[in-house]
Amino acid sequence: MWQDPLFGLWFNLSNVMMLLVAALVVFLIAFISTRNLNLKPTGMQNFMEWIMDFVKGIIKSNMDWKDGGRFHVLGITLIMFIFVSNMLGLPFAIVVQGDLWWKSPTADATVTMTLAATVIILSHYYGLKLKGVKGYTRGYLQPMPFLAPLKVIEEFANTLTLGLRLYGNIYAGEILIALLAGAATAGFLGYVAAFLPFMAWLGFSIFIGTIQAFIFVMLTMVYLSHKVSDDH
Amino acid sequence: MFFDHLALGATGEFLNIGDILVTLSTFLVLMFLLKKFAWGPLMGVMQQREDLIASEIETAENSRLESKKMLDEQRSLLKDARTQAQEIVENAKKQGEVSREEIITTARAESGRMKEAAVLEIANERDKAISAVRQEVVALSLLAATKVLEKEISEEDNRQLINETIAKAGEVQ
Repeated sequence: MWQDPLFGLWFNLSNVMMLLVAALVVFLIAFISTRNLNLKPTGMQNFMEWIMDFVKGIIKSNMDWKDGGRFHVLGITLIMFIFVSNMLGLPFAIVVQGDLWWKSPTADATVTMTLAATVIILSHYYGLKLKGVKGYTRGYLQPMPFLAPLKVIEEFANTLTLGLRLYGNIYAGEILIALLAGAATAGFLGYVAAFLPFMAWLGFSIFIGTIQAFIFVMLTMVYLSHKVSDDH
Repeated sequence: MFFDHLALGATGEFLNIGDILVTLSTFLVLMFLLKKFAWGPLMGVMQQREDLIASEIETAENSRLESKKMLDEQRSLLKDARTQAQEIVENAKKQGEVSREEIITTARAESGRMKEAAVLEIANERDKAISAVRQEVVALSLLAATKVLEKEISEEDNRQLINETIAKAGEVQ
């Protein structure tokens, strides 16, 4: 932990570093694979286009492309960023003097809650912008006016679940990896005992990391479409 | 434990606003940069391809329609040609029939004419032959008579006798 002297803000330097690493990795992947763009896609361009189409599919399953097209860039960036963040903690963890430095940035509730809150705030912003104050307010009175308090609670619940789901999954995965790694390094017997579960859990963590990135983007689009579209 | 920093609220009584700001700014900057350097160009290319494919499809559709039109045209031309050929054959047949009739008629008339001419000529020749024979007979009779009588008959009797003979020869005929 580090407090900047000017404003008294607290920084978890591990988070800061890992966020930057994740951002850098995402940027490099995207940047390198979009050099030499061709009408006939090859190699990495195919992969990037597949991701774009994938996110496009998520958006289209929730709202009109006319409304949802503006969230395309947000969706792609989110899914890549969260996926890379989830993967970063898997191969190794670096601990310096009792402090964990290398880990998934998404294994920190502050980071995931920030992303979740950003998404929810964006949904309110676009709800107001696209449907106007009247349409936005009417959204709270449907399907029944007396359910309005629940609707307000729902907004907070959405934020909380969106952020904590991601955090919980990744954090739990990292803890188990750390425990298994601890067992494996404890001795020969521990290594033998921990090897198979460790492999299995790594594979499962990759799966979870992918799924969670997908779920996060999916729910983002669901929440956005609730605010933006009329037919939901 | 080294997980302590990870847990929610593990930082104790203070909230790391700094992390929030860093997360937000990192994400926004990343999004901006990616949009500028990666997604923008990629979307452009994809849009371009979409347009290309759309235009290709349109072209293909157009050429399909055109070829269909041409095929119809060819088909109708072929049909026309066929009817025309039929007509020509029909005409030729008719023409042949007509000229056959004509030739036969002409030939028939010609042969009739030739027959008539032949008959006429034969009659002519016969007449000619008869008169020649008659003259010959007259001359012979005259000669014979002259020889038989030897100037016993006068010139006048002679002539009368000749004429009688001629008349008789005419009856014999």
